[in-house]
Amino acid sequence: MRKKEKSMARLKLTRRQALLAAGAAALAPKPAGAQAPGQMQAAIRAALGDAKINKGKVNLDLPPLVENGNTVAMTVTVESPMTKENFVKAIHVFTEKNPQPNVIRVKLGPRAGKAEISTRVRLADTQKVIAIAEMSDGTFWSDTQDVVVTLASCLEDLVP
Amino acid sequence: MSTRALINVPKKAKRGEVIEIKTLISHAMETGFRHGTNGQGIPRDIITSFSCKYNGEEIFATQLFPAIAANPFVTFYTVATESGTLAFTWEGDNGFAVTEEAKIVVE
Repeated sequence: MRKKEKSMARLKLTRRQALLAAGAAALAPKPAGAQAPGQMQAAIRAALGDAKINKGKVNLDLPPLVENGNTVAMTVTVESPMTKENFVKAIHVFTEKNPQPNVIRVKLGPRAGKAEISTRVRLADTQKVIAIAEMSDGTFWSDTQDVVVTLASCLEDLVP
Repeated sequence: MSTRALINVPKKAKRGEVIEIKTLISHAMETGFRHGTNGQGIPRDIITSFSCKYNGEEIFATQLFPAIAANPFVTFYTVATESGTLAFTWEGDNGFAVTEEAKIVVE
């Protein structure tokens, strides 16, 4: 009799644990395709090599609070005279928690006249976004923005 | 699938003026990270590159990733150097390739 009670208690406990676990999972859904920590750094190193990335000169414009992560207007502006001697060679944008860290890579030249690009991006989660500019003198400059996303993108499945 | 590309280039510009170019192309930009109603993964189908040539010389090029929203919209700038043609090319998965042209008169 006692033995049975014990086993019941154990059963109850496991059921409670199971419910707790389910509740926690529902409260903090982790996208199945989310990238592992450090993947953004790896992608940055793969694209730019070992160069030192300085802060400044770049302005990454993203809304701080995003309602719909499916289309987020993004503008990257780099301070540069854009002359033949001193221009922005490339702009790279990476995200911390999208399934793939890369967002866009832009090749520019002195003929651009102005180092500014705009596009619309997808953001899968509340996360950091980083824009890195590669200058003609070989230096790298960056800007980071924290974005809060209420409706995530990329991973939602088709509803029957 | 019909593809529509919209390009906004000023018709006239002064020599040396910095002009804004806006481009939009209709494309689903399927990320490859989603699942369909049958639980099967939907294969990736995106535009991977977009470039612009000004009278044959490349002035702008980008590489796009699945994190670019559907119907990619890209805005950039260039210096109006001479009258001529701007050719825009989009290329992507499954042999996707579209080229559009716009004329500009530089005074």
